[in-house]
Amino acid sequence: MSSVGQMTVNGETFERPITLAVLAMGGQGGGVLADWIIEVAEEQGWYAQGSSVPGVAQRTGATVYYIEMLPARDGKPPVLSLIPTRGDVDIVLAAEFVEAGRSMLQGLVTPDRTALIASTHRVFAVLEKQLPGDGVIDSNTILDATGIAAKKAILFDMQALAERAGSHISATMLGALAGSGLLPFPKEAFLHVIGGDHRASQANLDAFEGGYSQAKEPIPYVVEGHVKTMASLPASVGVPVLDDLLQRIRRDFPEAVHSMLYAGVKRLTDYQDVAYAHEYLSRVAKLCELDPHASEWQQESLTFAAAKYIAVAMSYDDVIRVADLKTRSTRVGRIDREVGKKSDQLMYLTEFMHPRMEEIAGTMPAALGAWIESKPKLFQWLDKLVNRGRRVQTGTVFWFMTLYLVSALKPIRRRLLRHRNEQLHIANWLQVAHDVVWTDYDLAVEVLATRQLVKGYSDTHARGNSKFDKLMAIVPFLVGKPDASGWLRRLRTAALADEDGKALDGSILTVRTAFEAPQGA
Amino acid sequence: MAERSFAREVEKLKLGDGETFHGEGILAITKALLQSGVGYVAGYQGSPISHLMDVLADSREILDELGVHFESSASEAAAAATLSASVMYPVRGAVTWKSTAGTNVASDALTNLSSGGVVGGSLIILGEDFGEGSSIAQERSHAFAMKSQMWLLDPRPNLPSIVKAVEDGFDLSEASSTPVMLQVRIRACHVHGQFTTKANRRPEFTLRQALEQPKRDVSRIVLPPASMLQDKEKHELRWPAAVKFIHDRKLNEFFGPDDVDVGIMVQGGIYNSLIRSLQFLGLADSYGNSRIPIYVMNVTYPLVDDEVAKFCATKRAVLMVEEGSPEYLEQIINTILRRRDINTRIFGKDVLPRSGDYGAAVVTKGIEAFLEASAKDLLRNRPPMPSADKVLAEPKIADLAKTLPPRPPGFCTGCPERPIFAGMKLVEKELGQHHVSADIGCHLFSILPPFYIGATTMGYGLGPASASAFNVPSSKRAISVMGDGGFWHNGLSTSVGNAVFNKQDQVIIVVDNFYSSATGGQDIPSSRAENDRRSTNNSIVDAVKGIGVKWVRHIDRTYDVAKVRDTLKEALTTEETGPKVIVASSECMLNRQRREKPLFNKAVKAGKRMVRRRFGVDEDVCTGDHACIRLSGCPSLSVKHTDDPLKDHPVAAIDNSCVGCGNCGEVSEAAVLCPSFYRADIISNPTRWDQLVAGVRRAVISFFQNRREANRVVFP
Repeated sequence: MSSVGQMTVNGETFERPITLAVLAMGGQGGGVLADWIIEVAEEQGWYAQGSSVPGVAQRTGATVYYIEMLPARDGKPPVLSLIPTRGDVDIVLAAEFVEAGRSMLQGLVTPDRTALIASTHRVFAVLEKQLPGDGVIDSNTILDATGIAAKKAILFDMQALAERAGSHISATMLGALAGSGLLPFPKEAFLHVIGGDHRASQANLDAFEGGYSQAKEPIPYVVEGHVKTMASLPASVGVPVLDDLLQRIRRDFPEAVHSMLYAGVKRLTDYQDVAYAHEYLSRVAKLCELDPHASEWQQESLTFAAAKYIAVAMSYDDVIRVADLKTRSTRVGRIDREVGKKSDQLMYLTEFMHPRMEEIAGTMPAALGAWIESKPKLFQWLDKLVNRGRRVQTGTVFWFMTLYLVSALKPIRRRLLRHRNEQLHIANWLQVAHDVVWTDYDLAVEVLATRQLVKGYSDTHARGNSKFDKLMAIVPFLVGKPDASGWLRRLRTAALADEDGKALDGSILTVRTAFEAPQGA
Repeated sequence: MAERSFAREVEKLKLGDGETFHGEGILAITKALLQSGVGYVAGYQGSPISHLMDVLADSREILDELGVHFESSASEAAAAATLSASVMYPVRGAVTWKSTAGTNVASDALTNLSSGGVVGGSLIILGEDFGEGSSIAQERSHAFAMKSQMWLLDPRPNLPSIVKAVEDGFDLSEASSTPVMLQVRIRACHVHGQFTTKANRRPEFTLRQALEQPKRDVSRIVLPPASMLQDKEKHELRWPAAVKFIHDRKLNEFFGPDDVDVGIMVQGGIYNSLIRSLQFLGLADSYGNSRIPIYVMNVTYPLVDDEVAKFCATKRAVLMVEEGSPEYLEQIINTILRRRDINTRIFGKDVLPRSGDYGAAVVTKGIEAFLEASAKDLLRNRPPMPSADKVLAEPKIADLAKTLPPRPPGFCTGCPERPIFAGMKLVEKELGQHHVSADIGCHLFSILPPFYIGATTMGYGLGPASASAFNVPSSKRAISVMGDGGFWHNGLSTSVGNAVFNKQDQVIIVVDNFYSSATGGQDIPSSRAENDRRSTNNSIVDAVKGIGVKWVRHIDRTYDVAKVRDTLKEALTTEETGPKVIVASSECMLNRQRREKPLFNKAVKAGKRMVRRRFGVDEDVCTGDHACIRLSGCPSLSVKHTDDPLKDHPVAAIDNSCVGCGNCGEVSEAAVLCPSFYRADIISNPTRWDQLVAGVRRAVISFFQNRREANRVVFP
């Protein structure tokens, strides 16, 4: 970093301040970090100036803290800028990966000058979280940009290091800055400010050391994708009825779909029973017979889509399922870890349930449930009785037993109204796939994937269902059209773009006019 | 300021002669006031001057010792009116607020104050909230100085200059019998630097003396014929006195060589950007040594005509670097030169941008254009300018503009305002969209994702007033939202009283979170904390009833989303005429955590039985539709990708920053969302009885769990 502290003009060399920007979100301690850096510089006899514009961003938005440092000359303090200039920043510290991306977009990171020290962890923005599907951006777009924009990039998960130390990311970042060797100050100077006033706990020092050693010898960062655990099909699990399922998979299906089918039978035996998993395999088998690509294509084949989405559809979320999951012994242990419960603490859980008459009727024998549903007045009267938020304390005997008894209905699930409705829905859906597979294989695969839209509970479930129905309704129209599967995929993406389906309705209109206009002309 | 301690900052106010102060600009100003023998300080909190108010509120010991009176005013108008203590008495007073927002509110008092004039030094410290990161409309405080003939200081943004400006400001005010405004930009308020301190001074004349020997002079009161004479006095006496003082005391500064025939004039506050720009062009070094003459206007109103004329007369061309629009300085400089027939060409807004703050990048471009046109030889051998243009043009960088999600401000974790808007969202789903007038305060974040509620904002406490026109027969009523801060600032009379008097049929929601939260959590009349220097615990509900509202509902726990929803529905559909007021109260979570967290941890350490609540999501029950997030936007409620191959989309997840406010549970209940949420009550230091009961429960539950799991045929 020979450029730090000097600039050459007309052959003369002038002292030039070291410029540094910290990008952090509210609550990350960006201000504390900036103060520490200033303190280090001042204690080393430098003149340091920092400023920021917290404004409304102090809540949850992002703030830029800007620091300049230069020693006084002949007792005269330097004149330092309060605002960073694009292309003139030596060091950028970003406390989160999208904020690192933003620093590049703002022109604070330039390849001739800037070292970027950034934490690679993500704190998702509301716009990423609120979509009905997956709105999370790909960190690779930011990583690729660092390769172009930064002179040097030190990238690692500073948040995880801080959490492991029981401290804050600001301490890890100070360590990373010290370890990077970019500032002409010794490690002791940094340690002094973090521990100088006895506020520092061992946790802060641990976090600092973690950041220091990682930054001293940085490892190139690679974005970890969201890996799905696809267990391979075991030879045997030692239970004959389960082994039958495994054998059936091995016998009747190409190897390319074994893992997904295994995930399917695992889910469905857990959801209902072994016979239910066999029903599942039969349904997939029917489509597999029609699939010329089942063995050669991997995840793109009709059979693979069938193996995945039929399992999802058959394990629909009903009250029995929810009661079952909420009363398992493994659950409490998992939550203990999640909330960080210590062994000398006690924990009680409260569930927030809101059963409506729809759910109650769905859990009745099909004929009775359907009869009640056909009497709107009776249905509404009953709904008034049951439709209420209920706080269920699963740690107490009474409420545990209530849920336990609901989940005990599992053996008769097949006779209940919800099951009948779901089976009908599945049958209709698979029929559509059957019908189109002859004329348009890709469209059939896409029909299966449309099942993604059916999720959630109550109103959300109803909305998802109605979007699904809209897509199923347009499939006959798409058959025979060029790029039909592409259109259906685009419609599915549109359906996940908002809750109310406005984007979907717009897209459906676009599709219809696109294909109808030439005929009308 | 009940929940935050400024003890460290207070210590810095005690520094004596020749010591070194290290800290923020706004704190340096606070210290400078005490060094100047100020007799009273008042103001209204707001970025970037909140710190001044907060620290003084915590400095009781120092203030009492010095005999300085401090007041947190109800509004900027109240603060400005406070300065009338210096009209008749030689006591120094200072007031502060965010500008121009606060100056607008204060204008009425400032007009009268400046007309009659002052005998005691009167300083108005303006946190100029302008440029990047500003939270208000982009205007210049300069206009107020011109219209009322108050003087305006704009010192160079370093601590010694700012502190000197405070001291000079009082002297200038007294020398010219005129209130003086000191303008400090956001970054200068927050700038960290150092200066050499002086000992604090007791006021020479006290307020007590004033009260005990009252004086009056009808010529200082704004009523004809005195007001006409005051106007004359302003121009014939006070103005010349000010100009003479500014000139004699050399408040403005000259830098650089005398023998160059071009020059630059600059507002003091922009000086640092100017020096950096000259540095980029090879015309200055890091220590302010410039090759071009610079005239720094630390006083931007009034101008010293002779100084301007002298600086310009020897030059062919001069650039006026003046931030913001309109270009008042550039205009007056042209007038000065024309009157004296000096033909120096003035550059300004023709080469500099009309809007935005003046960082080095824009100023450099302006200087470059100025020198290209007037003194090209100075630009010889200019070094390569720092620029990010090339890298920003790279597709992979430019594409980030499309991929990076913006991060708008939102409600904090556990914010009690979130469930109010979740409730409003549920009503919207039932009764359709309504016109919503918003106000100023944290609750304005409702206009952003994920709530998208609120159509206009007209000013502090003006939310309901800005729905006034909608008082016409319609199938839908207008809704307005106002915070408790806005309510006490202005809203009680201007909004609620106005609605009562005009029989407005609107629904008014008053968000009562016990503090003026958006400005840093200061106490207001309805704050619940006991404050021995202020009267708190004044009920908003009583105030609203007192002013004549008949339909009032109080929701004393905003987290009850169903109650919020039902109350709002009732307000929108009731037959009752006149304004319908809902007061929704719950404590600001940021301040509540500041108070409770240390106490909680202390109690746990002491072995007391304590229960901590937080929420969680059962990831196998969650289907990843994120409906809960669309009714929340809580920072602790996020999403996570699972390794389940059967789940395409990420599920909801709550992290350990959750404070267990209850919103997630209430929302999923009220909106009938899903059963994925659970609340975990974690008991630290459980009693023996707790443990006994837990043991019995665990035994029964485990028995049934084991029984079922033994019979389950599932894959491992």
